[in-house]
Amino acid sequence: MIEARGLSKRYGDKVAVDELSFTVRPGRVTGFLGPNGAGKTTTMRMILGLDRPTAGSVTVNGKPFAELYSAMREVGALLDAKAVHGGRSAYNHLLCLAETNSIPRRRVDEVIGIVGLEDVAGKRSKGFSLGMSQRLGIAAALLGDPDVLMFDEPVNGLDPEGIRWIRLLMRSLAAEGRTVFVSSHLMSEMENTADHLIVIGRGKLIADCPMAEFTADGTSQAATVKSPDDQRLADVVTAAGGRLERGEADELTVRGLSAEQVGQLALTNGVLLHYLAPVRVSLEEAFMELTADSVEYQAKTGG
Amino acid sequence: MTTTAVPAVPARVRAVPPVSRRPGLPGALRSELIKIRSVRSTYWTLLAQALASIAWAVLFCAGTVSHWATESPQDQAQFNAAHASLMGQVALGELIIVVLGALVITSEYSTGMIRTSLAVMPRRGVLYAAKAIVFAGVTLTISLITSFVAFFVGQAILASKHINTTLAQPGVLRAVLLSAAVVTVFGLFAYGTGALIRHTAGAITTILGVIFLIPVLAQALPSSWYQDIVRWLPGGQALSPIASSAPPLASDHLFSAWGQFAVFSGYAVILLALGAWSFIRRDA
Repeated sequence: MIEARGLSKRYGDKVAVDELSFTVRPGRVTGFLGPNGAGKTTTMRMILGLDRPTAGSVTVNGKPFAELYSAMREVGALLDAKAVHGGRSAYNHLLCLAETNSIPRRRVDEVIGIVGLEDVAGKRSKGFSLGMSQRLGIAAALLGDPDVLMFDEPVNGLDPEGIRWIRLLMRSLAAEGRTVFVSSHLMSEMENTADHLIVIGRGKLIADCPMAEFTADGTSQAATVKSPDDQRLADVVTAAGGRLERGEADELTVRGLSAEQVGQLALTNGVLLHYLAPVRVSLEEAFMELTADSVEYQAKTGG
Repeated sequence: MTTTAVPAVPARVRAVPPVSRRPGLPGALRSELIKIRSVRSTYWTLLAQALASIAWAVLFCAGTVSHWATESPQDQAQFNAAHASLMGQVALGELIIVVLGALVITSEYSTGMIRTSLAVMPRRGVLYAAKAIVFAGVTLTISLITSFVAFFVGQAILASKHINTTLAQPGVLRAVLLSAAVVTVFGLFAYGTGALIRHTAGAITTILGVIFLIPVLAQALPSSWYQDIVRWLPGGQALSPIASSAPPLASDHLFSAWGQFAVFSGYAVILLALGAWSFIRRDA
């Protein structure tokens, strides 16, 4: 369980995290989403006590991180896979971490097996691919067999097989009753992984809801229609608060109204429809819509 | 606020036994010992330190032997056999050890390892102390071996002119031991500076500037000024009483061996304290 209350971090004038309050619960995968620069990493660093909050507080299992009895047995974290001394072998890296919390050596061998790094455990991690580094970072997080796991952008730079592996791992960790908190700037990565979402933008909380609720959000409704009387349909739909976009051929996309609402409007106003279908808004689109106003660095498209 | 019920999950079999005592210094020391032993920079710097110190002893003592007959009686009278064999470690070995002292902490920041280290050991004071103790222990051990080897090798060369000394002579053992200790003290000075600056290149440049360049530049001062401050400088001439069994030539403006050692230790303590403040208080 991770609990943030009014958590804030300012660097000079710049607000990185702005009064965040949320609870990450055990037994499920909680996705931590936001565009790049939204404050996800800063939030995770504050959870781990690496950065001091400017205001507010965050606890893990009810205690500030620095006061945990045996940090590794309670929290395992992967912040940056390349944050290891490249001159040290994978085995020695894990061993030096394990020793701090009196974790037996056999557990080091065990986690090397879990992440499948047996063949390269004796090699210096300098030569590791990003995928191997991610596995080493995950092995380190698993060392203490902790109740709470945090992964910052764990699938960055991984091949599809690696992404699938991490996804299954996170699901099984949550199924064992652990708290799994995983950040990403890509909605698509969360689609089959997370049960719950916490979305932030510019350091502020935008959404904190179950995955299903996120996609069913009212702002994300849309339908595709075809009608011989485009103009009348446009008037009716606009009057009801929908927005029209011209699609391929004679298709129109209505945003802001569900297919049911569009059908009802057409019937009431006597507009003939040749085609009507709900648009399944992908998580990606819902996410983009929610965070559009809070993207830190936005590319301006010409035209 | 969501109130989704979390399904009941059967208790997990723990893969790691619990601990009866909160992880602290003993575990951190074991961890730091593995860290320092498992990177090549440790071996390179310690080996370079030993070779440079012993090579200096060989060259200096051999040079003395070959020129001995032509030295003036005053020079012969002031010759200090301990100093001839130990000054290499104090002046040159020290410059190499400070690189290791800075690296043990700056490499954690430059690689990002510090975030992992603090995520497993959030008691920052414990981690800072463990790193310093392990570095000081390893450095002192190697420096003591180096010091004795340099001494015996140097004396063996000087014996051909019967100008060698022995550990039994007054002040000689002190010189051998203090030469190793002062190298360790400068290493700790570098460790504190590394914790303060956090960048390898920046820290090493600063340290060498302070312990090498400042004492050299100070010699350009008017001599009365220089004589007033020389005993307080963090290197240069102020090092020579440490390696000598008797007060060296022109040492009127210097403290005794123990006095100079105390001055250098004072600088190390100040930097260790500033480094600790930075390590514990600043965001990692």
